Amino acid sequence: MIKAILIFNNHGKPRLSKFYEHYTEDTEQQIIRETFHLVSKRDENICNFLEGGLLIGGSENKLIYRHYATLYFVFCVDSSESELGILDLIQVFVETLDKCFENVCELDLIFHMDKVHNILAEMVMGGMVLETNMSEIITQAEAHNKMEKSEAGIAGAPARAVSAVKNMNLPEMPKNINIGDISIKVPNLPSFK
Amino acid sequence: MPAVSKGDGMRGLAVFISDIRNCKSKEAEIKRINKELANIRSKFKGDKALDGYSKKKYVCKLLFIFLLGHDIDFGHMEAVNLLSSNKYTEKQIGYLFISVLVNSNSELIRLINNAIKNDLSSRNPTFMCLALHCIANVGSREMAEAFAGEIPRILVAGDTMDSVKQSAALCLLRLYKTSPDLVLMGEWTSRVVHLLNDQHMGVVTAAISLITCLSQKNPDEFKTCVSLAVSRLSRIVSSASTDLQDYTYYFVPAPWLSCKLLRLLQCYPPPEDGAVKGRLVECLETILNKAQEPPKSKKVQHSNAKNAILFEAISLIIHYDSEPNLLVRACNQLGQFLQHRETNLRYLALESMCTLASSEFSHEAVKTHIETVINALKTERDVSVRQRAADLLYAMCDRSNAKQIVAEMLSYLETADYSIREEMVLKVAILAEKYAVDYSWYVDTILNLIRIAGDYVSEEVWYRVIQIVINRDDVQGYAAKTVFEALQAPACHENMVKVGGYILGEFGNLIAGDPRSSPLVQFNLLHSKFHLCSVPTRALLLSAYIKFINLFPETKSTIQEVLRSDSQIRNSDVELQQRAVEYLKLSSIASTDVLATVLEEMPPFPERESSILAKLKKKKGPGAVSVNELEEGKREGGELNGGGERGGDSSTSAVGSTPSPSADLLGLRAGPPVTAAAPSAGSLLVDVFSEAGVNDDGFLRFVCKNNGVLFENQLLQIGIKSEYRQNLGRMYLFYGNKTSVQFVTFTTTSTLVCLEPLIEGGAQVQQVINIECLTDFSDAPLLNIKFRYGGALQNLTLKLPVTINKFFQPTEMASHDFFQRWKQLSLPQQEAQKIFKANHAMDTEVLKAKLLGLGMALLENVDPNPENFVCAGVIQTKAQQVGSLLRLEPNAQAQMYRLTVRSSKDTVSKRLCELLAEQF
Repeated sequence: MIKAILIFNNHGKPRLSKFYEHYTEDTEQQIIRETFHLVSKRDENICNFLEGGLLIGGSENKLIYRHYATLYFVFCVDSSESELGILDLIQVFVETLDKCFENVCELDLIFHMDKVHNILAEMVMGGMVLETNMSEIITQAEAHNKMEKSEAGIAGAPARAVSAVKNMNLPEMPKNINIGDISIKVPNLPSFK
Repeated sequence: MPAVSKGDGMRGLAVFISDIRNCKSKEAEIKRINKELANIRSKFKGDKALDGYSKKKYVCKLLFIFLLGHDIDFGHMEAVNLLSSNKYTEKQIGYLFISVLVNSNSELIRLINNAIKNDLSSRNPTFMCLALHCIANVGSREMAEAFAGEIPRILVAGDTMDSVKQSAALCLLRLYKTSPDLVLMGEWTSRVVHLLNDQHMGVVTAAISLITCLSQKNPDEFKTCVSLAVSRLSRIVSSASTDLQDYTYYFVPAPWLSCKLLRLLQCYPPPEDGAVKGRLVECLETILNKAQEPPKSKKVQHSNAKNAILFEAISLIIHYDSEPNLLVRACNQLGQFLQHRETNLRYLALESMCTLASSEFSHEAVKTHIETVINALKTERDVSVRQRAADLLYAMCDRSNAKQIVAEMLSYLETADYSIREEMVLKVAILAEKYAVDYSWYVDTILNLIRIAGDYVSEEVWYRVIQIVINRDDVQGYAAKTVFEALQAPACHENMVKVGGYILGEFGNLIAGDPRSSPLVQFNLLHSKFHLCSVPTRALLLSAYIKFINLFPETKSTIQEVLRSDSQIRNSDVELQQRAVEYLKLSSIASTDVLATVLEEMPPFPERESSILAKLKKKKGPGAVSVNELEEGKREGGELNGGGERGGDSSTSAVGSTPSPSADLLGLRAGPPVTAAAPSAGSLLVDVFSEAGVNDDGFLRFVCKNNGVLFENQLLQIGIKSEYRQNLGRMYLFYGNKTSVQFVTFTTTSTLVCLEPLIEGGAQVQQVINIECLTDFSDAPLLNIKFRYGGALQNLTLKLPVTINKFFQPTEMASHDFFQRWKQLSLPQQEAQKIFKANHAMDTEVLKAKLLGLGMALLENVDPNPENFVCAGVIQTKAQQVGSLLRLEPNAQAQMYRLTVRSSKDTVSKRLCELLAEQF
């Protein structure tokens, strides 16, 4: 079973956290910090598995992670899951995000948290894998998008507004949003040979 | 908030997020968030009704704030309102908020349940999926109560959309995990199993998780899934990479599903049906063959997916542990991976080999890779890989390679990561003891261990070395010489001082002949360390000094001088002061004879399980147990193998110090020392389960009662309930897993049936045994239990508490009848008599209860002496009935009993007498 799915950036800022077992909010935050601490100090190109932190169950659980440019994708799983299988699952998740957002970057996860949750929900439910077929997941996500658009009708501004904000020239933003840098487009993954 | 946000909801959200991201400090961020929270709160509380769209916007903001780690204590009601919206977007945000923020004991559950109920019956697949997701996310008992009946119906209904079926399967699984009692599969079982044949691979993917979980709990009911899983697997494995279209992942057909199918098969023993088994072996061979084929793609994803299947196939082969051919192939394959350039594969290969090493077919094959593994321990850059290498070395160690492996582990310890040092130390200590042929090697190893990693050497380790040295006189001289040399190092670890103090105090005389280690030199050497040590060590050294006075009278004045100094006799620590005072007095007033008796060499320790092993088990076993449980475990460990506590300096117990915080060292709990010296040669490491074959002590407690705990150790508890009628009985055995780890391949054999092969951590399973008494007997049936815990096979044999008296039918009779029958049974062999000492208090009521528990009728006013008890009963066996009479005469003054049993069959009298003699 998957106990938790965490995404955070190189500085440990959480970008998505989904727990499939109940913890208090405090513990959840501690788990995120502990996991970041465990994962971020590891070199690139070493093994993608390690024993889980104490808070999430110690050596009973494994952390399986991948590092894409600015983001860490970490799955915390128990011994009933195949490590390499989960690694593939992370890849499917990222590739799906990449297709849905067209060159997904960290900002997409920030501004479209609800969509990311939706996509994840199409793959994993209650800690178990629901679907691994990327085109199926994308079809579902697109159907939802379509529904959203049709419902929004005249007030369809929101989606456009968000993209406007993304490209808007707010005083501070451009410095942070160097899209080219943080693009995590999948085909040229730097971390895997 | 910038004015631009007016009238444009989602833009407000985006701007808010940008604001937060631009905050220069944590304080600024908190300030901004509090402002927003206040804003949202006022909006929610305001008079103006919010439209769904604004609600959605605010709920989104709350979600974002929550992700940043801030508490959200409102908005739940608004989210629940969103659930009843007709618009997908609003409904979806509502569900999202609830699944992220609402936990299972919220009081809103009832409202949420209502909304879910509506959506489930809406027949709109999107809404149904949302509702099912919500149930799976919250998974509370109330939800299980409300929906456990409905969901199986949705799952197997013919007209349910595939995507809904998928969600329903996993939703049901979640409910089953939280409230197994509410999810009754019964009638649905076979239809659920047949989901393995579903056209839609997604449905199979979701259903297989459900089926795996259910089969672990009810293997018999779901047995049919084995053949379905095998045929599904075979279809996938033999398909071309294009057959499964979208389920082909980087040229590998359905890797995820294949892995899950192989996992499901690991819940069961090898298939009995020859055809099914043949097909499965073929699959496994194909998978192994494919590993040798050239890759279809250079991408890492391709090899990942392929190897994921391969590793699962290997796990299955190891699980079956019955096909030597496949096992050796698996081992060779793993051997290749050990040198693969992908770190992940090296890691997994080391991990799988660990389990392979415990199989008799492949242990030798695993051993051939020793050099590679040692190399991995030395050169791997990643600590998690090095740790796996250390685990594997430990698993593959046996008598033939122990010296090499221990030496390598010791040298690795010098540079090992802090995180794994303690475990490494325990492992080295265990291996050194287990495979010690020559005890000087053992002593060297442990002293080296203390030298290299003194801080990580726990008490158990040095207690143990002392126990062994005390028990083996062939190594004592060598040990004394070695510790003497080790203590000469300018900086030596306190643990070394402890071992040194203890051993020189006991066996310093063995090396005193050499002028370089004359008594005074030894004493000065020890005393030079004294001031750097902590209180418990100093206390131990003081005891060593008094032992010196006994061993070497010439050191008496020097030592008395030391004891008399203010720093000892007026020490602020009570324990040290008391020892100094008592030892000083003892040395000056006692005659040499008294001194020699009081300070005699320690007797050998009783044989017992290595406390180190217990510690390692505890360390490895329950990963997530709470502190409480751990404490309990410790206490238990102490009773089970009190080695640790008693290993300390118990020589002073004769002096009679008062208990103090360092009471451990006083050996207050010291059991009666075993006088028969000379422990058996060979391994001193006695495993909990291998002690003396059959475990007996639980058994006798059940002669007079039918229910209770038969057996308990750190891993397993076995409880018993039983009932008997005539010559028939039924016994319920409850096996409780006390750890948080699964026991796998759990089997019990007797004359009895098999049990499900898995016991989940913390779970209990039940076994029913029907018993028929054919004829009278004296040997109890044996119950053999085998299971794997961690990687290690545990084997345990217990006597089932079935005794002849269980088949008694009480017979009431008058005094006259009783004596008449008593006289009829007058042949000498029909009577058995025993006179024995009382083990318990002689309480009349307790005695009565016990005799009633025996199953006979307790006859009042029969015996002329009211103190005596008489009973009568008939033992029912299939072959015959055996009438028995019993008389128990307590003698309170002498604390003795006389027990007389007469029965129509001589063996029965004898057996009853034996059984009962232990009861009072």
